[in-house]
Amino acid sequence: MRFNVLAATALVGATMAGAAFAEVESQEPIKLTLHDWSGQLLTTTIMGKVLSEAGYNVEYVQADYIAQFAGLKSGDLHVAMEIWETTGREAMDEAVATGNVVNMGETGMTAIEEWWYPAYMEETCPGLPDWKALNDCAREFSTPETAPMGRYLGGPVTWGGFDEERVEALEMDFEVVHAGTDAALFAELESAYQRKAPIVLWIYAPHWAPAKYEGSFVEFPPYTAECYDDPAWGSNPDMAYDCGKPTGPIWKVAWSGVAEKWPGAAKAVEAFDINNEDMGAMVADVDLNGKSVDEVADAWLAGNKDVWSAWIAD
Amino acid sequence: MNRLRDLLPGRSGWFWLGLFAITWALSHYSWDIYKALDARWIVKYPSAYLLKAETSISAFMQWLVEDATFGLFTFRDVTRFIAALIEYPYDFVRDLLIDGFSVGLGSDAVKIAPSLSWIAVIVTLGAMGHYARDWKLAALVGGCFLYLAVFGQWDSAMVTLASVLIAVPIGAVGGLLLGILAYRVPLFEAMLRPVLDLMQTVPVFAYLVPILFLFGFGPVAALVATIIYAMPPMVRVTTVALHGVPSEIRDVGVMVGCTRRQLMWKVIVPSAAPTLMVGVNQVIMLTLNMVIIASMIGAGGLGFDVLGALRRLDIGGGIEAGLAIVVMAIALDRLSQAFATRTADLHAIDADQNLVRRHPWTSVVLLVAVSTFLLAQVSPAFQTYPQSATISTGTFWSDFMTYINVNFFDTFEAVKTAFLTYLLLPIKRFFTGIPWAWGILVMTIIGWRIGGISLALLTGILTALVAAVGLWDKAMTTVYLCGVSVLVASVIGIPLGILAAQNDMANRIVGSLIDTLQTLPSFVYLIPVVMLFRVGDFSAMIAVVLYAMAPAVRYAAHGIRNIDPQLIEAGLVSGCTPRQVLWRIKLPMAVPELLLGLNQTIMLALSMLVITALVGTRDLGQEVYIALTKANSGQGIVAGLAVAFIAICADRILSASARRARRNLGLE
Repeated sequence: MRFNVLAATALVGATMAGAAFAEVESQEPIKLTLHDWSGQLLTTTIMGKVLSEAGYNVEYVQADYIAQFAGLKSGDLHVAMEIWETTGREAMDEAVATGNVVNMGETGMTAIEEWWYPAYMEETCPGLPDWKALNDCAREFSTPETAPMGRYLGGPVTWGGFDEERVEALEMDFEVVHAGTDAALFAELESAYQRKAPIVLWIYAPHWAPAKYEGSFVEFPPYTAECYDDPAWGSNPDMAYDCGKPTGPIWKVAWSGVAEKWPGAAKAVEAFDINNEDMGAMVADVDLNGKSVDEVADAWLAGNKDVWSAWIAD
Repeated sequence: MNRLRDLLPGRSGWFWLGLFAITWALSHYSWDIYKALDARWIVKYPSAYLLKAETSISAFMQWLVEDATFGLFTFRDVTRFIAALIEYPYDFVRDLLIDGFSVGLGSDAVKIAPSLSWIAVIVTLGAMGHYARDWKLAALVGGCFLYLAVFGQWDSAMVTLASVLIAVPIGAVGGLLLGILAYRVPLFEAMLRPVLDLMQTVPVFAYLVPILFLFGFGPVAALVATIIYAMPPMVRVTTVALHGVPSEIRDVGVMVGCTRRQLMWKVIVPSAAPTLMVGVNQVIMLTLNMVIIASMIGAGGLGFDVLGALRRLDIGGGIEAGLAIVVMAIALDRLSQAFATRTADLHAIDADQNLVRRHPWTSVVLLVAVSTFLLAQVSPAFQTYPQSATISTGTFWSDFMTYINVNFFDTFEAVKTAFLTYLLLPIKRFFTGIPWAWGILVMTIIGWRIGGISLALLTGILTALVAAVGLWDKAMTTVYLCGVSVLVASVIGIPLGILAAQNDMANRIVGSLIDTLQTLPSFVYLIPVVMLFRVGDFSAMIAVVLYAMAPAVRYAAHGIRNIDPQLIEAGLVSGCTPRQVLWRIKLPMAVPELLLGLNQTIMLALSMLVITALVGTRDLGQEVYIALTKANSGQGIVAGLAVAFIAICADRILSASARRARRNLGLE
């Protein structure tokens, strides 16, 4: 679907910049996908605005995070700005293997995923954020369904994450319960936070939650590749996964035809680079302070002109 | 002595009790039997005999999408062509309602004409309301759309309305044509029936990926998915309606010398029109049901707003967008029902009057459209409803949730724990423990007992297929979750239906409650439910119950209302108390309707499975969802078919028992 406001702003941008960079390869619109979380809307809007500045014709299309690969493969969609190593890797690999989708490199943001608890739990469970301390007060986290084990709310099954294996390998007294969607995950956090009730769950960043709620990530033995591959590594000699989760880059992908049709745009997408702090601040501005995505993206563009003009400079 | 005999089951009662006892024992001790005999195949379908359906379906889909060709053009060219055919009218309607007409692509587009103003759209719909019935309806419809403008949902609502305006005519006309063909060619009807079953019961997520490939990414793919889901009731209603046309009418047509085509289009279809409109109404409702899923694949509109709001945990925003869908559904539903019952114009059109006089409404609408267009040049408020005048209830809902959560959580927790311990977990253990081989046998026996040898074959084979693709455990979890939900939905819904049948006031309240629950996207209440009951089976059950209760209520009310009043009279004359009338006459006579209601409740419960996957159940719905996120079309279709098989088994068994019940009661 076309975002009217966005399209209108992009139109203004295009006409203004059109004089300076009139010679782009094709005036056909480049279709960027929009998903349903603000961080992604921001990255995509920023990318779109930058491409417009370069004179490209940009169109925004709403698409599901995973279902979009069908469109990227067939060339109905062109650029997807956020594919998380942690949640989208499989779909991305499958798509790249067909040869119709190309990985456009990292966005510069790193996905952090780990067990997380709200700050008020430190009173009932001194010694946090150490994982051993967490395990010592597992009982505090139990619910009727999981008692006497503590309840850990994991992400949707599709996110992977090896939490069952981690619990097993570290001999933790926790039971893993999977939320079906990330909305359900944060609904539980919101509910528990309002009541100051015990909760430990899977949180990821960049996201608005770490900005809205006070709390920290649990500290597990730090991740190494050997920990996941080699059972001998770590505290449990017989099992892998006796460590924390890896952090992973957030990737950009594009339809393979982009580089031929709009070589300049492909270069700009590849060059796109932004860091976690900037993004975290912008996401909080949108989700917590009620500003519009467009407004926040414009503010970033105004403040970082030298950064993004390098992306489109030949 | 007599009383005691009443309590003892009859011969068939003993049969069912025995079957249940054996099943229970096998389910309870299956693990011990496996250990004692060292036969793992008892609890787990042997992997060596698994059907490799997943990979072959994946391969077939890939071939269909990428290589299938008719020589000059590929299969995909055909579907893309269809997509283009749908896209033009869709773009037109959308430009007309909200986007405005423009030339050029993407951000190069230049506007050449604005869309209809919000005032013009409201007046048009109000005019249709008056044309279809009266001023009251006009006010209702106009008011509903005014609500959308006042609550700041106008833009998204128009996008949704555009897809409804395209999906409904295609679904209705397509359904009508298929229905007519089925009416004419009995063989075609027999072939069509299982296809319709599959269209209605295979979760949309299962075939989403192939549809995206074939029809391109965007609103058109969403429309196609919507049409697939919303068309089957139209086909069914059409065949029923055509068969229901009295033979006298047909005979008159033949006598006056109609050709076959004239007989169909000028005689039979018009006289079946009121019933046909019921089908159209169903198409509208199901189309609006699909709004959320459609928005996931590029349809945008209100569904996208709901999803986005809930991702931000903006409960108020979600509720507002969700209620906007309900309001729109109510307006369109009442409008289409009014058209269904509309009697032809009483006063003939007087050809002597001038054009404006003859078409008063068309003239008014045109006048309003043109004048708001002109006024919009002076003040944009005439074109777009001013942002500053919108109302938002967002914070109210969020505060309300916080209040409930902080003050009543412990009570909810206690209720939930009681439900889990005494109802959900025992039933779960029962179903998931049933050994697959016995499950197949039981389904065959049930089929044979109720519907004879052909039903026995059907249920047996379908159950065996579910086991053979290795989905037995997940299927049993599905059966458990649906079973519990259907049980709870019936326990709540049937008394509500009985109440509604006996009391006009209750009928009105219950009716609007049910309408709201059916059209409010379940996402809207799923998130508050999770906040109060946490992720898990209980939350999933609540979502399913809320959605699937409607047919239990409707059919119960319908069944009670349709009982021959003479029977009740006879009961009263012979001195029955009102209580006895209810228990001895009304309820037994309503059994066939209650069974049909149960049937529909099961269908709706199964169609909610995909949604329950979003709160973390581990059933077939989750399997479909996982397949979607991994873009594995084979896995998705196999799991989707398993859901459909469960649905078909339940449907056939219940319809057969409803037929038996009707025969026993002497209604047939």
